[in-house]
Amino acid sequence: MPQNRRLILAHLWVAFAAFAAAAALGVWQMWERSPLSTPAAVPAATYYQSVTAHGVSMAYVLTTFFIMGFGYFVAETGLKRELPGRTWAWGAYFVAVAGVLMTVLSIASGKTTVLYTFYPPLTATAWFYVGLVLVVVASWVWCVLMLVAMARFKRDNPGEPVPLVMYATCANAVLWLWTTVGVAAEVLFQILPAALGLTQTIDVGLSRTLFSWTLHPIVYFWLLPAYTAFYTMAPRAAGGRLYSDLMGRLSFMLLIIYSIPVGIHHLFMDPEHSTGFKFIQTTLTALVAVPTLLTVFTIAASMELAGRLRGGKGLFGWIKALPWDRPMVLATGLAFIMLWFGGGGGLINMSYGMNAMVHNTSWVTAHFHLIFGGSVVIMYFAIAYEIWPSLTGHAAQSAARQRLQLWMWTIGMMVMSLPWHYLGLQGQWRRVATFDYADPRIHSWGPWVDVSLVGGVILLLSALLFLANLRPTRRLARIEPAPGYAYALPAHPGGHVPAALNGFALWNVLIAVLMLVAYGFPIMQFFMTPSYQAVVHRLAGG
Amino acid sequence: MTDASERDVARSELRWGLITIAAVSVIMLAVIYAGVVMHINPPSNVERIDPKGLHLSAEFTEANLGTKVEANGQITARIVTTQFAFVPRCVILPADTPVTLRLSRPDVIHGILVSGTNVNTMVVPGFVSQVHTTFRKTGDLLMPCHEFCGLGHSEMLATVRVVPKSEFHPGPDGRIACAAK
Repeated sequence: MPQNRRLILAHLWVAFAAFAAAAALGVWQMWERSPLSTPAAVPAATYYQSVTAHGVSMAYVLTTFFIMGFGYFVAETGLKRELPGRTWAWGAYFVAVAGVLMTVLSIASGKTTVLYTFYPPLTATAWFYVGLVLVVVASWVWCVLMLVAMARFKRDNPGEPVPLVMYATCANAVLWLWTTVGVAAEVLFQILPAALGLTQTIDVGLSRTLFSWTLHPIVYFWLLPAYTAFYTMAPRAAGGRLYSDLMGRLSFMLLIIYSIPVGIHHLFMDPEHSTGFKFIQTTLTALVAVPTLLTVFTIAASMELAGRLRGGKGLFGWIKALPWDRPMVLATGLAFIMLWFGGGGGLINMSYGMNAMVHNTSWVTAHFHLIFGGSVVIMYFAIAYEIWPSLTGHAAQSAARQRLQLWMWTIGMMVMSLPWHYLGLQGQWRRVATFDYADPRIHSWGPWVDVSLVGGVILLLSALLFLANLRPTRRLARIEPAPGYAYALPAHPGGHVPAALNGFALWNVLIAVLMLVAYGFPIMQFFMTPSYQAVVHRLAGG
Repeated sequence: MTDASERDVARSELRWGLITIAAVSVIMLAVIYAGVVMHINPPSNVERIDPKGLHLSAEFTEANLGTKVEANGQITARIVTTQFAFVPRCVILPADTPVTLRLSRPDVIHGILVSGTNVNTMVVPGFVSQVHTTFRKTGDLLMPCHEFCGLGHSEMLATVRVVPKSEFHPGPDGRIACAAK
């Protein structure tokens, strides 16, 4: 049982409470937009309040708290050492909780209908941004603690490679430090002064560019724990070994490098950047497909090892021989199915001119719900199921109930997001409280919106079942968990790990160079040519 | 498979790596072909304009909005997007003819798409957004605001009326507006 079980559980419960609340809000929003609800029965302000809360809870609270909690678990069990700076970790936790409360209250006050992606020159009450800044500051403390833990391990174990699970977690810490620079600059220098009334105008081109800096790698920050589980948990759960430890390190390195200098692909349809920089970032975005496909190969090969060890024969017989009754194995398989659809949609989104077909349509909403809500969150479930007994000291809920929950999540996500893809191609646009289904051009969308709502209801039921599966009950037998956690071993342990893939110094230099190429001019242009500023629109009044 | 040596592992990974790089290269070649040969590029004219004086600018004064056939024959529709309406709410354009949409806004971020077409652009304060297109089908196409611009975002909807070339008759000043329906 990890020494820091209370710290880890405290993080994970905040994450999952926010998740459940956000799932309920999401279904309500889908109902509100569907032909089944009475048009305009609810004021638009309430709808956007809900969208803001849904986005903040899912994208900022669930993710950040889960990643921090899981990181503390990994630092202790992966390195088999005490976590450095426990007091700092608890301090960061309370700062983050205070930030969440501040943000939630500001959303409840109704003065924060700017969604979780801000849209200046609209500005909300300053409390909203201050709350989010506190969450980010807490996550920076977590990043430092992860890197310190890794550095101390290296100091005390010269010549021994950092275990892959910790290397992956530190890759995420490095990624997050780079990622947050953009949004931090936007909020601290542009939005907060405007929200506080210190400035009356804002350079919107610059703010969109700074936000785009964060907008893509933030998704990889959410994604990396799922990849960590693919590499270090799933192979052992399947009864096998990791095909290649080195390829895992290479993939994590490529993932952090090629997820950062690519955010302008969110601005393909924007007028403030030229085609040249849009094309450069298209190319860099395409390269992020490489580590994704390497991962698919390595994990599939690891699963094949396991399947053949279990007696699977023939070209595909090993798939059948895998222990699909184990939640971690099942979740990995389901995550890959959703990654296939979500990743395919992503390739279309990043394809430069082709983006015009789908930009700001339901297609994009479908894409990120499949990738994040699907592939990533289902692995959060699997990780929670996997480590829960060691945290609570109780045996797990029945694996059948866990499997049911994972299946419901996948089916719900497919039933919800496949119609959204179709509607997006029909031109259904985003962030709308109600559609006028009486309009003959919109009427035919109605049935598909209803189908997606059914998917949403299945997702909500799955979310509730997830919480029920984690709930500590006296019916479950007490167990004495092993002191650590057994991560997957590589097929060929003890191989040589190059120094470059045992740290991040070289990669930080490379990221800095790529960022200079990708974002140097796009940001500098706003300082070289005087920009026309937009007048700040304060939703909070005053 | 189970007794694969470390070198076999490295070799298979390398082979797969080459396949992924080939796949990515094919995608990039398709993107480049679409951009260079078919001229499918994102709208990126980077043209600045002061949002605070938009209604006083020569181009985006109210009298100059809507569809106009320029002296050189180029057909341009000028539209202002505001919280929470388009001015004008309907523009008329001919089918199978190269046309240009020019949009700007005095207030917050908006964005537009035209349903059933590849017309799509953000409308960011401080810039003029410009899209060149050729409409292939006629009818009243939806042109909604697709970016969150405030509480009235859902009501922000305009129409692009695409008519056959033969029915597109601008007035002597080159201007043409949607007829009331």
